[in-house]
Amino acid sequence: MPVDPDSTPVGLGVEVTAPASIADVEMVQRVRTPIRIEYTYTPGRALSAYLRGMAEKRIVAERCPRTGQVFVPPRGVSPMAGIPTVGPVELPDVGYVESFNITRVPIATRPDLEPPYCSAWIVLDGASVGFMGLVINCEPESVRMGMRVKAVWKPDDELEKSATNILGWEPSGEPDVEISDIETIGRPGDLQ
Amino acid sequence: MRDIAICSFAQRQQAAIPDESEVEFMVPLMVQAKDAVGLTQQDMGFTCSGSSDFLAGQAFSFVSTIDGTGPVPPISESHVEQDGAWALYEAWVKLQCGDVDTAFVYSYGKSSPGSLRDVLATQMDPYYVAPLWPDAFAVEGLAARLLLESGTVSERRLAEIASRSRAHAASNPHAVRRAEKSVDEILAEEYLADPLRPSDIPASADGGCAMVLAAGDRARELCDRPVWIRAIDHRIDAHTLGVRDLTAAMSARIAGEKAGVGADTVDFAELHAPFTTSEAVLIEALGLDDGVVVNPSGGALAAHTMMAAGLIRFGEAFERIARGDGDRAVAHATAGPCLQQNLVAVLEGE
Repeated sequence: MPVDPDSTPVGLGVEVTAPASIADVEMVQRVRTPIRIEYTYTPGRALSAYLRGMAEKRIVAERCPRTGQVFVPPRGVSPMAGIPTVGPVELPDVGYVESFNITRVPIATRPDLEPPYCSAWIVLDGASVGFMGLVINCEPESVRMGMRVKAVWKPDDELEKSATNILGWEPSGEPDVEISDIETIGRPGDLQ
Repeated sequence: MRDIAICSFAQRQQAAIPDESEVEFMVPLMVQAKDAVGLTQQDMGFTCSGSSDFLAGQAFSFVSTIDGTGPVPPISESHVEQDGAWALYEAWVKLQCGDVDTAFVYSYGKSSPGSLRDVLATQMDPYYVAPLWPDAFAVEGLAARLLLESGTVSERRLAEIASRSRAHAASNPHAVRRAEKSVDEILAEEYLADPLRPSDIPASADGGCAMVLAAGDRARELCDRPVWIRAIDHRIDAHTLGVRDLTAAMSARIAGEKAGVGADTVDFAELHAPFTTSEAVLIEALGLDDGVVVNPSGGALAAHTMMAAGLIRFGEAFERIARGDGDRAVAHATAGPCLQQNLVAVLEGE
């Protein structure tokens, strides 16, 4: 079936009309195309170690062999160096609030979160990066940058291989981290 | 036009890589491809990657993998939701613009977490075909039936292609399907998607690859024998299966003509032909004669890493020419159902 690739497509300029037999049929307004794909997700080497640690109330991070940075949760790679990280590096379940935000509007898909609540960027002692967590067991208005916090774990008999084992972070009562120190704490990161 | 060459290549393919995340198995390949030419990420003028969120099952999945390049301080970077051969094409265009001399290209796919033949249904046209939820093997089976009934290709011819792929793959450590089988043994297989037999269907793989490109003298500095991309062309057939001739990939034919495939002798061709039928159609469309060795690596039949199988064809051709096993080759990549998109390049050693 040789076709001249430079020829005008046959559809161009041709007016299309429905055949008389279906002229009275209602026009199609919408089409539903249900899609469902199931995946068996595997988290990879570093994150698997982290999730296994979670089941034992341990926080398992990894370190960049070149920059010394410690990543939690670990993704298995050092973004500054472009090389694999090595582990395990066990971190304590204490740290400080680097920044935070108070939410006063409910989220339809999260009925468990009752406003107002405080989400914060938590930096663990010894970590070079922070991660999101809820600050709980205190008034949201009392949360501040530099506030020291400690993990609140699920009861031992409910522990899973999941980051949801940490219900949130509560004030530890230790003196605050100086705001002027926040930029440098835990951030060695000099690329050699 | 600037002369642009492939200077290094690294790949990994295996039936499944369940214990490593995409970035975890890509980092060693990225490091290997850069180390081979003594460059770091900061030496790369441009970086482009190819992958698919539909394989990973999460949006913007490629962002995690960029961490593997070491993108600090910030790099000039782009991504295509396509096979890595299209990332190579974008990098080639960027190099042609003349403001950079080096480019880093990588792509990867981990299809083992899902059912690839079902995931691929999401690429069909969303009004008429996708609602039918046709699996990818069934669609190729329909096209194969058309091809057989056209009388140009026989089931024995398809079995010959499958048998040759297995024989070539036997010496390729990256191939997944390496067991040799005779034509008669293949013809004795039960149909899997009538008229396609298991040996007509690609051996699915997880994996990826990484490659360094450079322009002109920069390429000559970086490696002993740069493999020049003499021409490259990309054409697209209609998306809707019913409006195109599935027994002849017109887009491949035009891309092959524009790339000048027939202008000189071709030593071998690395064709991204997932099915034996795709290979039969491509050989015809590109006008490759009997003297051309087709898929000396075993091709995509022997290891089909979705989103990387096309770029791996470029890499396989590069390695073969770089070590002197040929001077001029065709590298081809496809995308979409039934050879919808075709990218054809002519590669030549220094």
